[in-house]
Amino acid sequence: MSVALTGPEISRALTRISHEILEKNSGSANITLLGIPTRGAHLASRISTIIDSIEGSRVPTGTLDSTLHRDDLRMRAPRALMPTVIPSEGIDGRDVILIDDVLYSGRTIRAALDALGEIGRPKSVQLAILVDRGHRELPIRADFVGKNLPTSANQSVKVQLSEIDGIDEVVITESGDK
Amino acid sequence: MRHLLSISDLSKDEAVLILDTAIEMARASDGPMKKLPTLRGRTIVNLFAEDSTRTRISFEAAAKRLSADVINFGAKGSSLSKGESLKDTALTLQAMGADAVIIRHSASGAPVRLAESQWMTGSVINAGDGTHEHPSQALLDAFTIRKHCSRGGADLTGLRVGIVGDILHSRVARSNVLLLSLLGARVTLIAPPTLQPFGVENWPVELSYDFDSVISDLDAVMMLRVQQERMSDLFFPNAREYSRYFGLNKDRMNMMKRDSIVMHPGPMNRGLEITADVADSARSVIVEQVSNGVSVRMAILYLLLAGDNS
Repeated sequence: MSVALTGPEISRALTRISHEILEKNSGSANITLLGIPTRGAHLASRISTIIDSIEGSRVPTGTLDSTLHRDDLRMRAPRALMPTVIPSEGIDGRDVILIDDVLYSGRTIRAALDALGEIGRPKSVQLAILVDRGHRELPIRADFVGKNLPTSANQSVKVQLSEIDGIDEVVITESGDK
Repeated sequence: MRHLLSISDLSKDEAVLILDTAIEMARASDGPMKKLPTLRGRTIVNLFAEDSTRTRISFEAAAKRLSADVINFGAKGSSLSKGESLKDTALTLQAMGADAVIIRHSASGAPVRLAESQWMTGSVINAGDGTHEHPSQALLDAFTIRKHCSRGGADLTGLRVGIVGDILHSRVARSNVLLLSLLGARVTLIAPPTLQPFGVENWPVELSYDFDSVISDLDAVMMLRVQQERMSDLFFPNAREYSRYFGLNKDRMNMMKRDSIVMHPGPMNRGLEITADVADSARSVIVEQVSNGVSVRMAILYLLLAGDNS
């Protein structure tokens, strides 16, 4: 087991991502943040807080659960569904930033794009990710990346956040490690 | 979970998971696009060997919102009315590749027979068998009670629910007694002695013959339909006397706690077990029970069918 990101490194990465989001979208006027539960939702609310403090205005922030649109439902036990909360402004014509903890195969994001299509038609969809660990199975890339982490397929990347796990840390474990 | 045959097969955690999943299903159905791709390519058969409107349509709506293909198979207009056995029907459904069979049957135990036989490999969902159980109805009732009365709690601890009327013939009551007590509610059965089932003393419930003495303590009052088609004996002197002692009318409703709700699984006999003004009152959640039914059945189908069944 090795630590890839410490708590302070995570918060610096989130601050940088927040600035990059604002830079790319020329401010926060038209952006909507949607976190993918569970950890992506917590990251979204942290980024939302950072952007609020930079811009001084509230950014619409919500959550988007993509489970019902996954293509691998038949391959595993049914997952519990998490809340989808769309801000009252809706997503039509907005620049939507999807936020998740780890980008791996890209299948969660594909499902999230399908789920978004059911809800409305954003002006653009961008992707912010804390850790990109490679091994994509679909033509999907992130617009904002906390850290690129080259891994092998038999490693696993675990993002721990203080809201759920009591500690901010990203660790890599070999399969078989405990 | 592979089948849904009886509430007694569920653990408390599984029951809560179904209710929590139903909340997200309701939210997903609220949007402009009601269709989800989740069960695309799955075939679900509605095998209804006994009449039903609500349950059959509700399961059909739930399956279609999840993009499953639905085949309706009723008693009338099929070989069941020519006397085909359950086994031959099941073999036919298996040959057609049914992933799940939703069965309503007048014989108690028919769904269990279907699930335990080797006749078919799909999931079996009990949509009401004889006077045995009706688990999806109990789940939607628990969902409705939790939404209105539990103040955000995951289960029904501390709530009192009264089930009133024809307990003897009611599969809805049997499933509800099991589920509501599993979830921590106190259940009181209110009925004349002739309509309380044999052995009811051993159920996890309290009994009452006097509606007026308990109504003010209840958080939810569940009225049951007087099942005239199953009434071959005289269980009460006449309909007027029944309504007078066990019907829910305006005067009785006014004795209920503030914020308590009136439920009925339908179809109602207006004027017999419930008066029209009560059924249409602000306390009545009877119509909402129907829409909750679709969300709960979506949750059941998702949890039984979305995963790997092989």
